[in-house]
Amino acid sequence: MTFVAPALVPAGPVIPNYSAHSSQCVVHNHFFCTGWVSHNWGSVLWPALRQHVFLTLIAVAIGFAISLALALAAHRYRVLERPTLLVTTFLYTIPSLALFELLVAPVGANIYAAEIALVSYTLLILFRNILTGLREVPAEVLDAAEGMGMTRRQALWRVELPLALPAIVAGLRIAVVTIIALATIVYTIYDKGLGVPIHTALGEGPFKTELLAAGALTVLLALAADALLVLAQRALTPWTRTRVS
Amino acid sequence: MGRTPAGNSFLKTAHTAHSEGSSAFAKPGEQESKAAELELLGVSKRYPGQREPAIAGLSFTVPAGEVCVLVGPSGSGKTTAMRLINRMISISGGDILLGGRSVLARDARELRREIGYVIQQIGLFPHQTVGENIATVPGLLGWPKQRIAVRLRELLELIGLEQEMAGRYPSQLSGGQRQRVGVARALAADPPLMLMDEPFGAIDPINRTRLQDEFLGLQAKVKKTVVFVTHDIDEAIKMGDRIAILREGGHLAQYDTPREILTHPADGFVAEFVGADRGIKRLSLTTLAEMKLLEPNGTKPGALRAPASTSVRDALSMILTANGEPLAVIDGNDRVQGLLTLTLIERLLAEEAAANGKGSGQ
Repeated sequence: MTFVAPALVPAGPVIPNYSAHSSQCVVHNHFFCTGWVSHNWGSVLWPALRQHVFLTLIAVAIGFAISLALALAAHRYRVLERPTLLVTTFLYTIPSLALFELLVAPVGANIYAAEIALVSYTLLILFRNILTGLREVPAEVLDAAEGMGMTRRQALWRVELPLALPAIVAGLRIAVVTIIALATIVYTIYDKGLGVPIHTALGEGPFKTELLAAGALTVLLALAADALLVLAQRALTPWTRTRVS
Repeated sequence: MGRTPAGNSFLKTAHTAHSEGSSAFAKPGEQESKAAELELLGVSKRYPGQREPAIAGLSFTVPAGEVCVLVGPSGSGKTTAMRLINRMISISGGDILLGGRSVLARDARELRREIGYVIQQIGLFPHQTVGENIATVPGLLGWPKQRIAVRLRELLELIGLEQEMAGRYPSQLSGGQRQRVGVARALAADPPLMLMDEPFGAIDPINRTRLQDEFLGLQAKVKKTVVFVTHDIDEAIKMGDRIAILREGGHLAQYDTPREILTHPADGFVAEFVGADRGIKRLSLTTLAEMKLLEPNGTKPGALRAPASTSVRDALSMILTANGEPLAVIDGNDRVQGLLTLTLIERLLAEEAAANGKGSGQ
């Protein structure tokens, strides 16, 4: 007897793990089995959630950087607005599953393909909101800034961008929630995120507990991210909460 | 109008009495401030693709510490003329000297930081507190924090706002308070020149009168050179030491003191612009304190009374409203100083007419 019984080796994230932790609840596929969730939290759900946050953060950060640059350019040179809108709208309307698959050939089935697709869906939302925010800065405020001797750059950083913040954060909120939802289909080309347990659960009948748990985590993540952005905006724009009737 | 001391010509260099760095630490009352002479030399502005110039050969001089009002109908280019001075609009021809230096020879940003700028919509930064707004230009000039804080306290006192208002946002202020903060912001770095574009245009008539009076009081203290744009001839007469009347196409129709313009309009355009009631308007240039009054002589106090700071124009209106009853002029302690009657006003007009007849150089 030189080898250890295979049953003693942890089975890894094979889901659902009927053999190792099967309970009556899981075997009968009841509506929700808390036992399964606690057994698989560390091996399945928590890693998927972390990957999901990671996928979203990278996509929104890169998307924001690109959109900000595009919006600043279009703010300065008006002619750029229409072509930029055209391209970003086009990207936004490509069916997401198709875009993921289309990117596999040139980029490969990896995180790059996933992020390129996700980023492309943030551009329209963020570009439009940032540009609107910049455009809505009152003309007399800009006139005063110029008349007091601010340079273009100073007016942009000290006046225009701060005043555009509410519109920018509004765009970020939509973008983040959109990307959290969209990232659940990243699993089709890249084996990460909350889409993985959802997909697995669907393949098992569906396995209700896992489907519900992963779905609920996706929704809760979106709500939490949105709440965080609201709090950030409140902290960053104190002047918007001081209206005197 | 005698609001400024004689002999302004030596003020060509931008300082009246500004010893190094003292102003930041002086108390508000003792603070000395800068003012510079402003000279427009054949200034013109022509927009590309337009036949007629917007401003044509505009020349006039504003002595240091005086208020020059640019007034005229719409399309006369008064705002354009003002914005040429701080180069918000580029000059096509001629030159503008501020304190003897051509504005064209200066970096535009640096020039603007040296010129106070107040516009009708005020343009306070909504995302900054009153204090941050006022500190804008000192901040751009790189003043140390300590000096900015001292200056901020000084300015709030000057415009009559509580110190704790420094932490408020513009949306928490009344229209009048915002306007005053706008003026304080323009004064922050003690500029030798202030440009004001219809600063009271968006304010209701009652508050406008109050803000005008406040500004005149403020100007008596800071004695800045001011270029003030308005379309309202009454405001021009009230605020201006000198008035430049512009007509369509940016031509200067007349540049003179309010009294001269009302007494001797240069041509039909000016006469029409100042209005058929220019005789009455002239009365607004004289206050009751400057009038010879009848002795009170124990006569009945009368229902009609007005402080000595009232203009003769307003006093006349009060007398007419009261069907010609004499008006009791009172001092600060509510004591009757004398009586004003219609006859006395007639006599004033006659005297002015006689004085103008021989004294005028027109």
